Amino acid sequence: MFKNALKNKTPLIRVVKRGRDALPWQFGILVRAIAIISALIVSGIIIMMLSGKNPIEVYASMFDGVFGTPRRIWNTLQNTVILLCISLAVTPAFKMRFWNCGAEGQVLVGGLATVSVMMFLGDKLPLPLLLVIMLAASVLAGMIWALIPAVFKSIWNTNETLFTLMMNYVAIQLVAYFLKVFAKDGSGVLKPMPQFGLPVIGKYQFLLNIIIVAVVTVIVYIYLKYSKHGYEISVVGESENTAKYIGIGVKKVIIRTLAVSGAICGITGLLLVGGTDHTISTSTVGGQGFTAIMVSWLAKFNPIYMVLTSFLIVFLDRGAGQIATKFSIPSSISDIVTGIILLFIIGCEFFLTYKIVISKSGREEK
Amino acid sequence: MKKILALLLAVVMLFSLAACGGASNGDDIKVGFICLHDEKSTYDLNFLNGVTEVKAQLGLKDDQVIVKTNIPEGDECYQAAADLVDQGCDVIFANSFGHESFMIKAAKEFPEVEFCHATGTRAHTEGLANYHNAFASIYEGRYLAGVAAGLKLNEMIAAGKFSANEAKMGYVGAFTYAEVISGYTSFYLGAKSVCPTVTMDVQFTGSWYDAPEEKNAAEALIAAGCKLISQHADSMGAPSACENAGIPNVSYNGSTVEACPNTFIVSSRINWAPYYKYMIETVKEGGKIAADWTGGIAEGSVVLTDVNTKAAAANTAETLKTVTDGIKAGTVKVFDTKNFTVNGAALAADHKADVDTDDNYTPDTAVVINGIFEESKFRSAPYFDLRIDGIKLLNEKF
Repeated sequence: MFKNALKNKTPLIRVVKRGRDALPWQFGILVRAIAIISALIVSGIIIMMLSGKNPIEVYASMFDGVFGTPRRIWNTLQNTVILLCISLAVTPAFKMRFWNCGAEGQVLVGGLATVSVMMFLGDKLPLPLLLVIMLAASVLAGMIWALIPAVFKSIWNTNETLFTLMMNYVAIQLVAYFLKVFAKDGSGVLKPMPQFGLPVIGKYQFLLNIIIVAVVTVIVYIYLKYSKHGYEISVVGESENTAKYIGIGVKKVIIRTLAVSGAICGITGLLLVGGTDHTISTSTVGGQGFTAIMVSWLAKFNPIYMVLTSFLIVFLDRGAGQIATKFSIPSSISDIVTGIILLFIIGCEFFLTYKIVISKSGREEK
Repeated sequence: MKKILALLLAVVMLFSLAACGGASNGDDIKVGFICLHDEKSTYDLNFLNGVTEVKAQLGLKDDQVIVKTNIPEGDECYQAAADLVDQGCDVIFANSFGHESFMIKAAKEFPEVEFCHATGTRAHTEGLANYHNAFASIYEGRYLAGVAAGLKLNEMIAAGKFSANEAKMGYVGAFTYAEVISGYTSFYLGAKSVCPTVTMDVQFTGSWYDAPEEKNAAEALIAAGCKLISQHADSMGAPSACENAGIPNVSYNGSTVEACPNTFIVSSRINWAPYYKYMIETVKEGGKIAADWTGGIAEGSVVLTDVNTKAAAANTAETLKTVTDGIKAGTVKVFDTKNFTVNGAALAADHKADVDTDDNYTPDTAVVINGIFEESKFRSAPYFDLRIDGIKLLNEKF
């Protein structure tokens, strides 16, 4: 009897998705702004408690770390475009509800392909031809790495989250293996080869990277929003059955989309290895393949918003790094601040999408 | 208009350059440090402790020292170094082997700033006036640690726990680099100097920090009959395996006595403060930093922790003091070719080692002088990579 009563009881607090009563967009912007400001206040209080510094000074040094010198501005831009490029890469797959957690590995094999071409063909081919081969190799490598889980998913319906995740570790170990083979002096560190790197425009080391990612951003935006492929991706993402019903080849779309995803990851690998480090290590991507997932989600898979969200993450990261350096507090502060701010942002997104209904009477029975 | 602007800019730059140049002469010297990880890694903590120590010694203010942690071994290292130059640093130090190429890149771009790099190998071949390598002759510390190990073995033999011919030590190493080989060989030679029958097995893990793997390696060595364990890797894996099995342990990087009160004997470590002090003072006085600098026991760069009397043999501290004095006075030479053989034969008097690093390990420098293999003399990073008799390598895959 008692059991039954419990079963029929409406919970005191329920979470309901906002439907027709969705909030006006102006309100949405206001809420998000308030969330970011309150996140800054809360993290300010925590930093103050940990370091005993005035929070204004702390925020000032954050800005200083991000924009303080021309070099810092370039570094901020460079970090932003690399993160943005990986986020752009995972987005088509995410929009299709294919949880590609393998960007880390896909970028890394793209980088590995680039570095191999630089090593073995660098002094044998003229630079323009070399660059073309580097591009082709990195794109192909990233594609293959993404296609393996895609093919398994479309034929045997394997779990793509686990599969892509595991492929990351295979990629990392591959790089470790080839470092052992390539770095013949036994140090495991491959000397940079800037002579075979992407060309530098004027004196601006990162300008080419920035231009390439800007172009990729526009292309991905158009691809997702205006092309037939983009439409098919959305439909498959909404409902595979609908897609089948209207005659979309779901398997084909999955494989094609992951090829695009992997190719952009491969390009990021090229930018990181050919355009930035001129060498490779197992930590070249440094976890950005996972951060990109967050960037893409926060931007609701919109490439233009992603420019903002990737900048936000980089701003937090570099700013918090400067706080740690300036006030000699442990660098974990960077993760703490980033965590707090993301919690607030994701929290406010939750309340914008859902509403909380509190039952008038907890004993209401149907 | 453009010309005037360019001229103005040039003037401003000249002034700022002059301002930087002026800074290096006065008391307002600024020092930058680049670390691979942060205080959570024992390797980096050792460097960071050195920074704290030298700050106190030289009375440097907080804004004279900038420490950047978690700088990967990629272009970020160059960017961090360049940023430190922008902040007005007169001398910049980086602590990880893989930082070297990027420090050299920065050194070429900013000839007015001094760049110092720990554990690197290329300063003596790059020929840059403002790029320098530093290390410590940690083999002296390991030799002493080996002496403590040998004394412990002797004590256990005397107590009848095993015979002199069963005196086998185990060693957990990270990689088959010269740095590790030089380390375990000096440890072994130290033990052999007091316990002539000792032999040693070495197991490599392929990582500088892998607690489970290091623990497994230590346990396997103990199971294979090793009576004492030492290690050259950064985790607590091997020491804790020893404590669990009740096998004496000679540690590295600092004391592990708190976690291993019954088995920890002694530990050697590098203290970076003397080098920092040397590098900062040299820049302050406008002198030239050596291309390669190796600090030893005499300089305070190599230090031993206190001996744990609960685990160590009696009189260990006294013996270590005598041997330390011998090393300082030059009467004890760690790599004396009289004390070891390679494939049953003594080392040739004209033996060459690979000092100028290249891909094929080409031996390029005669390193034996008057019967002594002169480790860390021709460059600061170790280059002793001989497989001497008495030491068995169980795997060489790393």
